[in-house]
Amino acid sequence: MATTTDILPSRSGNGAGGRLSSWKRRLLTGDDIAYLITLAFAVGVVLLGVLLVLQLWWQSSLAREKFGWQFLISSVWNPVTEQFGALPFIYGTLVTSAVALVVAVPLGLGAAIFLAELAPRALSEVMTFVIELLAAIPSVIIGLLGIFVLVPVLRIYIGPALQSVFGFLPIFAGPIYGVGLMAAGLVLAIMIVPFIITVSREILLAVPADQREAALALGATKWESTWKVVVPYARSGIIGSVFLALARALGETMAVTMVIGNAPLVSTSLFAPGNTIASVIANEFAEAMGMLNLQALIELGLVLFAVTIVINALARLLVLATTRRGSTHP
Amino acid sequence: MRFRDYRRKIINVVMLSLTGLCALASVSVLFFVLGYLFVHGFKALSWDFFTKLPAPVGESGGGMANAIIGSAKLLLIALLSGVPVGLIAGIYLAEFSGKTFGFTVRYVADLLNGVPSIVMGIFIYTVIVLPMHHFSALAGGLALGAMLVPIVLRSTEDFLRAVPRSLREAALALGASRWKAIATVVIPAAGRGITTGVLLALARVAGETAPLLFTSFQSQYWSQGFNQPTASLPVMIYTYAISPYENWHRQAWAAGFILLMLVLVANIGARLILSRRASPARG
Amino acid sequence: MISAQGPDRGVDQPEKAPAKSVAKVSVEGLNFFYGPRQVLFNISLEIPEGKITALIGPSGCGKSTFLRTLNRMHETVSNTRAEGAVLLDGQSIFDMDVVQLRRRVGMVFQKSNPFPKSIFENVAYGLRINGLERGVTIAEVVEKSLRRAALWDEVKDQLHKSAYALSGGQQQRLCIARALAIDPEVLLLDEPCSALDPIATAKIEDLLLDLVASCTIVIVTHNMQQAARVADHTGFFLLGKLIEFNRTDVIFKKPARKETEDYITGRFG
Repeated sequence: MATTTDILPSRSGNGAGGRLSSWKRRLLTGDDIAYLITLAFAVGVVLLGVLLVLQLWWQSSLAREKFGWQFLISSVWNPVTEQFGALPFIYGTLVTSAVALVVAVPLGLGAAIFLAELAPRALSEVMTFVIELLAAIPSVIIGLLGIFVLVPVLRIYIGPALQSVFGFLPIFAGPIYGVGLMAAGLVLAIMIVPFIITVSREILLAVPADQREAALALGATKWESTWKVVVPYARSGIIGSVFLALARALGETMAVTMVIGNAPLVSTSLFAPGNTIASVIANEFAEAMGMLNLQALIELGLVLFAVTIVINALARLLVLATTRRGSTHP
Repeated sequence: MRFRDYRRKIINVVMLSLTGLCALASVSVLFFVLGYLFVHGFKALSWDFFTKLPAPVGESGGGMANAIIGSAKLLLIALLSGVPVGLIAGIYLAEFSGKTFGFTVRYVADLLNGVPSIVMGIFIYTVIVLPMHHFSALAGGLALGAMLVPIVLRSTEDFLRAVPRSLREAALALGASRWKAIATVVIPAAGRGITTGVLLALARVAGETAPLLFTSFQSQYWSQGFNQPTASLPVMIYTYAISPYENWHRQAWAAGFILLMLVLVANIGARLILSRRASPARG
Repeated sequence: MISAQGPDRGVDQPEKAPAKSVAKVSVEGLNFFYGPRQVLFNISLEIPEGKITALIGPSGCGKSTFLRTLNRMHETVSNTRAEGAVLLDGQSIFDMDVVQLRRRVGMVFQKSNPFPKSIFENVAYGLRINGLERGVTIAEVVEKSLRRAALWDEVKDQLHKSAYALSGGQQQRLCIARALAIDPEVLLLDEPCSALDPIATAKIEDLLLDLVASCTIVIVTHNMQQAARVADHTGFFLLGKLIEFNRTDVIFKKPARKETEDYITGRFG
């Protein structure tokens, strides 16, 4: 890894033998111009980020001033009476993300273990390639399948089955529409599984071979060596990948909007319709009634932004911690 | 063999088979999606689909020609606005930056990368749509362009940094000034990687719907210029999918199929090009 | 002519009286620092024009660092500092425009580094960026440079093929041709044969012997036999100091310093 120069561009000196004529000397050299132009664009990127944060802050000022911290705990969202509380959406976001994680983490981790520890190299590469393509599928297309495939299946088969066995639990009680928090959680799971798989697989591959060998030499089975030695070694990185997936899930909009049922309610049942922060913004923004409604939605965006940033930062720290540990083994 | 060992062996086989099933399940999702879209979307694909405007609500027939053109228009704006910024800032980071400011730029770029796309839509709404008092293709294109910036920046920087130091030294030793060395040797050497990076980024934003919902909004007609709201493929898929009309549902499948094919072809193509890069060929 | 750290024994008189060679590059009191760490100590020597000068010494003794100072390539690494005088034809290289300096003082690196372009474009690169003399075509200069690098016959039918299709030895000769295309007065070579087999090495040594008629050559090498084969003058570096600098036959047959003798007889390095 190299850069062309690590110092600022050197101005060409001019001694008695210098060939630059005096008028040229006063102009900037080509290097200076290149430096300034690229610097300007880099500054532009920083300004873009700053402006984004500022706009989210300024344009939600009405709502923030009116509701203060109550915004986060009030569960009434009524554009007509101009009362706005974010709780239903925070709740919906958390619940759908939780469902997604409960489904995607075991599935993703299992697949990652298979790809990193068991599968022959060629097969692992091909399968990983296909899974990376899965990550590239646009959200709206997953939503399409969500509406026409997942929702009916949920309503007709999975929902009733779950209810007949676990119906006594409040989360599985209540009428089954097909759309709802569970459907949204499942489409989210589909969307975040590729991230868990690809990142966890990298992390598992980075675990030094001597760890596995030590376990196997002690008579452990392959599974025991993987589950009891390799995975714990990579634990923080795997948790990091889960956080990354979570950050992704929080911001997912389209697939969720299409299957969640769009009701600003807090319900205990997973089969009930609900809303996430992203889905309510998607639904209401274009037709917001009045400035306060709009600014409340923008404040929701600000909340979402803040939470996503924090979780992303945590995720990166965790992943970094593992990869660094791999090289400096204590 | 003691019972415990026997049990361990069984657990071993069971758990390992389970992981294989997990992997298989994950992989098959892609094929399932593709297959389903193909079966349901193929039927609705017709000449009309590509050339006609949407029919009035409830009527049969019609197509998505305006959405296809609209998406192309949005991508063009995104390309023109986002790619140069990402490219040139990426050149700065790889070639000119100092430690602290470089860290800042990278940090902000990562931040922007993590912003949910709908929040980016809100941002563009506040800075473009509100002052203009109406939705526009320009706003939608800029929203997509803003999403391109961090992706293109990171990939450009990575590919530039991967160019070996020896090539830079060779150019400098021949009397090239720094910017000339960068422009005539380093950037061409990284050229293939940078292009595929841009291609992948475009494929990624081509499928984005959320930021368009309140920037370029939607339209049932041909989009005029850049100042009007415009139909786009992802938004139309969304609108049709949640509608109650069977005809529209079929068109949503077809559009979904087209969109997915484009995205997958771009992704596969880009990765193939990148893997062939391993042996430097052309002079 | 010689600034060694000891008296010039000059016991064996040369066959003919040495012509008074003009110093092409003259170094006086050069000190070099990586950050706070000094790596070259008070180097003074004169590179004679139209001759091959070899710099030998064990790894890490500073000879490559010294070489890279001569065309100011050290400035591409941050935190380096060169103090002292380095003169090209009597003029300080630090006062010159660095681009102009590198036109006059070319460099060939240890590992060949052709650009990912065609053979033709590699050689033409220096011309394209530095400009061309009037009345000469790029194709002419490319052919001339490839001939001087003893590569023309092998590649004349495949000039538009990728440079990477060539063998290691050919690539290095291509890099020499590329450096020669801008007609430098001095050519610096930093262990150019270290990655090559003996046959490829021999080809490069032969072309250097032909080249020296039109170009002053400075070659860093860890291969003493190579220095003995091609160089007119040799300088021995050790731990950042120039221990001895003299005509090659003197260095190898009657070294003035014990360190030189130890190195040459293989007691270390």
